[in-house]
Amino acid sequence: MNSWKYPAFWISLLLVAVAGIIPGITGSNILRENMFLILLAIALASSLNILLGYAGYVSFGHIVFYGIGGYLGIFLIANYGLSLWAAIIAGGIIAGLLALLLGWALLRLRGAYFALATLGVNEAVRTFINNFAPFGGPLGIELQFSIYKQYGGAATMQWTTYWMILALTLLTIVLSYAVKFSRFGLGLMAIREDEDAAMAMGVRTPATKTMAYVLSAIIPGMLGVIFFFRNSSIDPGGAFRLHRSIEMIVMVMLGGQGTVQGPLIGAALYEAIRSFLVTSPIFKDLQLAFSGLLLLIIILFIPSGVIGWLRSRYRQLWRVLE
Amino acid sequence: MSVSKTEIILQVKAVTKRFGGLVAVNNVTFDLPRGQILGLIGPNGAGKTTLFNVINGVYAPTEGHIIFNGTDVSGWKPYDVVQLGLARTHQIVRPLNDLTVLENVIAGACYGHENHSLKTAAVIADEVLEFVGLSPRRDMLAGSLNVGQKKRLEMARALASRPHLMLLDEVLAGLNPTEIAEMVEVVLKIREQGVTILIIEHVMHALMNVSDRVIVLDYGQLIAEGLPTEVANDPKVIDAYLGDPELAKRLMENADGE
Repeated sequence: MNSWKYPAFWISLLLVAVAGIIPGITGSNILRENMFLILLAIALASSLNILLGYAGYVSFGHIVFYGIGGYLGIFLIANYGLSLWAAIIAGGIIAGLLALLLGWALLRLRGAYFALATLGVNEAVRTFINNFAPFGGPLGIELQFSIYKQYGGAATMQWTTYWMILALTLLTIVLSYAVKFSRFGLGLMAIREDEDAAMAMGVRTPATKTMAYVLSAIIPGMLGVIFFFRNSSIDPGGAFRLHRSIEMIVMVMLGGQGTVQGPLIGAALYEAIRSFLVTSPIFKDLQLAFSGLLLLIIILFIPSGVIGWLRSRYRQLWRVLE
Repeated sequence: MSVSKTEIILQVKAVTKRFGGLVAVNNVTFDLPRGQILGLIGPNGAGKTTLFNVINGVYAPTEGHIIFNGTDVSGWKPYDVVQLGLARTHQIVRPLNDLTVLENVIAGACYGHENHSLKTAAVIADEVLEFVGLSPRRDMLAGSLNVGQKKRLEMARALASRPHLMLLDEVLAGLNPTEIAEMVEVVLKIREQGVTILIIEHVMHALMNVSDRVIVLDYGQLIAEGLPTEVANDPKVIDAYLGDPELAKRLMENADGE
């Protein structure tokens, strides 16, 4: 059960690290921006996987943590001159706290009811922020361009934040492995397989589920701060975009829910397909219809995703695919 | 390990469980002395599994108290009751399908009342799998086992928590005669380790053989209590089973014969 002995762990970490460093070597801005989106997607999908894949709870509104983290971070930077580092921590904390509060209330619900409730949460938070004056209401918050000076100007800042995203993505992978092969992770999987049996076995289900929810929320909260800092502005529509939540689910399902590498592969594949679609003149408006179709196909034909399918087909690869 | 060395490990005191207008368990009282095997029988729908669910905390009793090892656990959650050393199996097996047999049992060990780390839990799980005879299947997915093996897995998982008291809900149902004989062996071996057992069973000859005492539920009420032979000859019990006279007859024959 010792995860560090699994080659799968080192392979995944190395793969992401190498892919992440390439833009740094070539110095290409285009490559960096593409890679930025892929890393962001990987970190978001891996975080969601802790709840969706390990505990078996579908959150349809996971982007709410990304949005709320981003909002608080940008607010603190714009109004109190907080450093980006501190703002990222603050974004993680607020997302974690929100998840703690929501988890305490919502995780009494099971299955579809929980999923529906999370859908409601995203809309409720978006509406609230839309009417919350300190956060700029519907207009949101804009950062002064001069703020980038302390980060060496806009161009340098884009590289700095890129490395931050890479570091956070690697951290997410480590977290994902650590949880999967821990006692806590085993408890989550027991909940996923049969919550009543888990309770009878002694798993403190309310606390365990809430903990998973909090863990899956913290990194998205941090990512939100980085993304919107780079973006130099945040508004309710952009921060709480419901279809991003659904795209996160598609990524996890595509790669393989409950596996560590699944969200990696799923996010990278999905981003590749998406960037092809949005730039193609024929498909650019059909990108979301495509992701819906993709989800349908996965659930119908390969419910265990790419990694799950490979694992069940080639048992000799078990130690490499996890 | 136990909190207090009371002679009575489980006291069920005037327990009633109502679901709306339905009284599933009606004012049931009994004591279970440490180290015994107590059989719980009764016609279908008599409230046996509901009583189990009340004892291990799935339902809170509407009235009455459950005293386990000297602690009043009425209304506790199942995961809290487990921490005191009470484990159960389910009538309809509940394996964690997508986990391996070994992982299932490890989960039982590390979340049981001894709260082991994964490493220690793995050692215990291996011992327990050997004990119930599932070692050759340890790396298979639990979902791929057959019914008999799933029943043994269910046992192993409960056993891995190193309980003081085990509630066994129809562990013999659906097994063939060879499997029944093997399972009875396992139950007796568990008792030898000092674990007290409360067992629901419909396979009467097996139950009559393993139980030290038997209690009978009918329509939620305790109608008889005593040695297996006494209970089998009790007119009230025969009456309760009269809807199934064949069963009543077999009950008597076996109790007389052995």
